[in-house]
Amino acid sequence: MTTNYTIKTLPDLEQVAPGRSGCDGCGAVMAARWISKITGQSTIMVNATGCMCVNYGYAGAPLHPYIHSLFENTGSILSGIDAGLRALGKRREVNLVGLAGDGGTVDIGFQSLSGAVERQHRFLYVCYDNEGYMNTGGQRSGATPYGSNTATTPVGSEQQGEGLSLLRRKNMVLVMAAHGIPYAATASIAYPLDFMNKVKKAIEIDGPTYLHVLAPCPTSWGFASEESVKIGKLAVETRFAPLYEVEQGKKIVLDRRRSKGTPIIEYLKAQKRFSHLLKPENQHRVDEIQSQIDESWRYLESLAQE
Amino acid sequence: MAIEFISGCKAAAEAARLANVDVVAAYPITPQTSIVEYLAKDVSNGRLKAEMVLAESEHSAMSACVGASMVGARAFTATASQGLALMHEVLFYAAGLRLPIVSVIVNRSLASPVSIFADFKDSLAQRDTGWLQFYVESCQEILDSVLIAYRVIEDSRVLLPAFVCMEGFVLSHLSEPVDVPDVQTVSKFLPACDPKYPTLDLKDPKIFNVMAFPDTYEEFERDKQISMLNAFEALQEAYQDFEKIFGRKYQDVETYRVEDADIVLATMGAAAGTAMMVVDQLRSLGERVGLVKVRTFRPFPRRQLREILSHARVVGVLDRDLSIGSTGILFQELQSSLYNQPQRPLMQNFIAGLGGRDIHQGTIGAIFQSLKDTLQKGFVEKNLNWPDENREVLSIWGLPVDHDD
Repeated sequence: MTTNYTIKTLPDLEQVAPGRSGCDGCGAVMAARWISKITGQSTIMVNATGCMCVNYGYAGAPLHPYIHSLFENTGSILSGIDAGLRALGKRREVNLVGLAGDGGTVDIGFQSLSGAVERQHRFLYVCYDNEGYMNTGGQRSGATPYGSNTATTPVGSEQQGEGLSLLRRKNMVLVMAAHGIPYAATASIAYPLDFMNKVKKAIEIDGPTYLHVLAPCPTSWGFASEESVKIGKLAVETRFAPLYEVEQGKKIVLDRRRSKGTPIIEYLKAQKRFSHLLKPENQHRVDEIQSQIDESWRYLESLAQE
Repeated sequence: MAIEFISGCKAAAEAARLANVDVVAAYPITPQTSIVEYLAKDVSNGRLKAEMVLAESEHSAMSACVGASMVGARAFTATASQGLALMHEVLFYAAGLRLPIVSVIVNRSLASPVSIFADFKDSLAQRDTGWLQFYVESCQEILDSVLIAYRVIEDSRVLLPAFVCMEGFVLSHLSEPVDVPDVQTVSKFLPACDPKYPTLDLKDPKIFNVMAFPDTYEEFERDKQISMLNAFEALQEAYQDFEKIFGRKYQDVETYRVEDADIVLATMGAAAGTAMMVVDQLRSLGERVGLVKVRTFRPFPRRQLREILSHARVVGVLDRDLSIGSTGILFQELQSSLYNQPQRPLMQNFIAGLGGRDIHQGTIGAIFQSLKDTLQKGFVEKNLNWPDENREVLSIWGLPVDHDD
């Protein structure tokens, strides 16, 4: 294992051309830029349908070979590239990266990703999680958190947003770790150095690796575009999206320092998608979210102790 | 070269091995499974140096072929029925990316109800995806067609993927003597894979599958259409070289005793062999009948068929498929090809062999009898005919036996 990057030793070269067409403050664009900053000129990127194929790929942003896959087959396109490069004796020179949103990962792309990691293909797969189908206008996905007001779970007189009977989001990192892959971790665009060092660690491993990056979405979450990093930090601090790494499917390293346990209300009140939860009659829902977060944290801590 | 007694599946696997494919990506489905099993054995024994991607679905198998082909590897897959239907989305994608992938299709019906037996519905339902389609009649033809397919689709004039289709069980599990050439001889016909299309290449970075707006999308389709039609030229060259090297002759449309025939039956696949015997029997009785086998279905050989059928007075089309609500699919293609001819034959469609029902000599004899009646009457009484329908079942179900479709 080589040493981590510091702010002084990060590569100078960017692999992203200016001129991408994403929303101001888009967390996913930051994630994409920082991935290829580390994976460099040897990157071949496979990008699922979603925000990033539109505002990044189509915009001609990547300076490395890039293919927009279909929505659900990023994992299997990666498998084929990995196999093809191996057959041609060209595997070692390539940093193979998959990039997909939460819809393309936890929903429609789940099967092909699961198959690809089970077959032990070598690639880094990064899910930029903006917690919904943001490219199509902010519909609910399997990664949308409890209580969210989305285009397909609108708050109305009878309903108060997403999944009020569903208690927990699909934990994709633990699901991937359960495949026994060498490395799976969460990351956040609010902590770029931590994120980039995780990319570095992952890409050096000869096997499937997975990063789940919380990518705040000003447009659909409802906050000012300059607040993406602030929202990202709050997600980590409140333990809504804690930072942790899982090695070989079992050894869990939890970042307790950054996830200090700020009350979840701080995170909720900063975003319009949760504004209905601030009404007094919804106080019990906020309490429920807090108790889910506490329970998830205790679960992670219990795994980290072993 | 060596004559071996092998099944259709084995012939397909031998062809993929001889084509020295780099990546085999597949998912098991009856009756295709043994193709991939044979290739897995070849890889396991070092007879073929290739990467196997044992995908978790056909959608992923086809996607893995796309990934492999995108970095310049020669990719192969095989599927059938539900598996091919599951690939549907990726078929358009592979054709649009102009990737020369070969998929052997072991034709099988689709659920519901479930059938594991042969008809052409699975591959014909993919006719608009931009893949070349070949339909074969014998185990030898399977092997030869896979080699011809790679040679043609890797040609820079074509660059589109291809199906080689054989009927499930009828050919896939039938053993016949097959001339299996050696690797050196095959390399004279099919050179090593040398991609003539842009790939995911670190030295020449490109972005693939971006959006085409209304000002260009149509031209992308036009481009594929032109390339698909270019395949005729590439196929003719391939057939000539193939005959020189291997001594076997192929054509996009194969004919049998049509030169002076008043009545011609057109079909695809293994039924052609049975039909030839019936033609011989009828000829011995003095009937002027002939047979056309359409080998290349995409691109559809409209011009060749117009020439071949220019003197026929009645043309029957035996379809092992049905476009529900219309007619058989080969019939539609053939009828539309002949429509602008100054002297058109009368045409009748016969649906038979669906879901694996055997197409017997008796069925084909009845078809020729019906065509002869039409010739005598001078008009077509019934466009769509079911020469081998199970009248007992229809009657139990309360369905009309002489329904005018």
